[in-house]
Amino acid sequence: MTAEALIAFRGVGKTFTVGDRVVEAVRSIDLDVRRGEFVTLVGPSGCGKSTLLNMTAGLFAPSSGTVQYDGGPVTGVNLRTGYMTQSDHLLPWRTVAANIQVPLEIHGRPRGEMRDRVAALMELVGLAGFEKSYPSQLSGGMRKRAALARLLAYDPETLLLDEPFAALDAQLRLNMQIELLRLSRQLNKTVLFVTHDLDEAAALCDRCVVFSGRPGTIRAVLDSPLPRDRDLLRLRHDGRYVALAAELWDMITPMLTQTRGESS
Amino acid sequence: MTSEITPTRMVVYRLILAMAILVAWELASGRLIAEFFVSKPSAILAAFRRLIVSGDLFFHAAVTASEAFAGFIIGGTIGIAAGVLLGRSTFLADLLQPFILAFYSLPKIALAPLFVLWIGIGMSMKIVLTATVVFFLVFLNTFTGVRSVSRELVTIVRLMGANERHVLGKIVLPSAITWVFAGLRISVPYALIGAIVGELIAANRGLGFVLASASGQFDTAGVFAALIAIMMLAFSLNAMVRIAERKLMPWKISEATREVTI
Ligand SMILES: Nc1ncnc2c1ncn2[C@@H]1O[C@H](COP(=O)(O)OP(=O)(O)O)[C@@H](O)[C@H]1O
Ligand SMILES: [Mg+2]
Repeated sequence: MTAEALIAFRGVGKTFTVGDRVVEAVRSIDLDVRRGEFVTLVGPSGCGKSTLLNMTAGLFAPSSGTVQYDGGPVTGVNLRTGYMTQSDHLLPWRTVAANIQVPLEIHGRPRGEMRDRVAALMELVGLAGFEKSYPSQLSGGMRKRAALARLLAYDPETLLLDEPFAALDAQLRLNMQIELLRLSRQLNKTVLFVTHDLDEAAALCDRCVVFSGRPGTIRAVLDSPLPRDRDLLRLRHDGRYVALAAELWDMITPMLTQTRGESS
Repeated sequence: MTSEITPTRMVVYRLILAMAILVAWELASGRLIAEFFVSKPSAILAAFRRLIVSGDLFFHAAVTASEAFAGFIIGGTIGIAAGVLLGRSTFLADLLQPFILAFYSLPKIALAPLFVLWIGIGMSMKIVLTATVVFFLVFLNTFTGVRSVSRELVTIVRLMGANERHVLGKIVLPSAITWVFAGLRISVPYALIGAIVGELIAANRGLGFVLASASGQFDTAGVFAALIAIMMLAFSLNAMVRIAERKLMPWKISEATREVTI
């Protein structure tokens, strides 16, 4: 490890108590994420991926261990992270454009700047023409894109993305992946990206963290052999990508049959 | 769409029903039931016309409307403010809960004699009575609305760096406004109850006064004419709330008119 970690999980465990039911979501997680790194998280559902993002955002503290951000423990809401949660959480009483504008209003940006920025972001996520629509009038995929635009509007240092492209069709997803990768490289963003799409995880990552559940523990951390600047359109023909994706598949499929065996 | 009946058709059906009721009333009056008790549409219309021609209707309706409206605005405003304050402050809500419940269980109309003692029988007494009634309804609805604000949405904007003022203005108020309007809508008839009961108890003007004096003179047609005027007043107050609702909650229109998907 060369540079110091921006985000560091040190022996992190989290246990939820709901009524008299106790759920251990994750156990002894040790992970360092460097500044500017794109890390994807994969693993069976319920293995605590969202929980790790929540703790990075400071929504709750770990039950054991510490989550460190830029050298200090995360205490309370972590304003240096932007979080796109699994559900879009758009404000139903605001139009799409007004939703994207919320963070700009909070940061007291001048009116003209807000308008230009919102227009550019709507264009970027392919929602131009839907400025005046309310979230209830959009499809699930469009709402996700609006939430992504809102996240990009406030330009946080670290992006926490929880299955951001899950509801998109293949074409749109590829476009969004390209844009996200381009933006995060250009602005040197640190990204924690949860996905259940292993090809996506392999395509985007500098490193891919594979979890096994439950409780969620880190099964493996794979380094991507791909260069930081890569052409997602040509990846299918890149032997290194194909090998990485295959390795992920080989790790995850035994867990799938295992969970299927559990539930039957 | 399952229903085949167009809106215009429905209006026609309703008119037919109304006509049928009026005709039955007119025919039954004096034949099946003594006219003294139920009057009849033609006599009520005549009484109503007299009220209009003499200018009495507008004078008294204006008095009642101003009382109801002023009480509605004052009670509504204080109710919203108190609802937001207590909704956001658990300490205050806990502190005041038993007192509020005690007051809530009291029929507010029973306070009328007290208000007469305090501020006399003028319009301000009706305004205070109306405001008291409206306050509780709007307060409780606003409080519930503020309490049921999505914690996820609050967290989302906190992550964007929002302070308490932002949270209030961007999340709490817009999401509670549905509840606020529910409170305002159910308050309309109560606002009129406040104003009219106040006038029935003690007044020399207002539709409640017209009602009481017509009844005192055994003028059944006059009583019904006054009731019709009160109904029309309620109708216009309701319409005002509805218009404000549409203006302030445009997203509700889009939610209501969109096709159902699940
Ligand atoms: N707020 C919460 N309260 C109670 N249990 C929770 C909460 N969040 C997550 N869990 C539990 O923790 C486990 C991990 O959840 P989560 O982090 O959402 O997994 P993933 O995102 O990997 O699917 C699950 O068993 C889930 O039920
Ligand atoms: Mg999850």
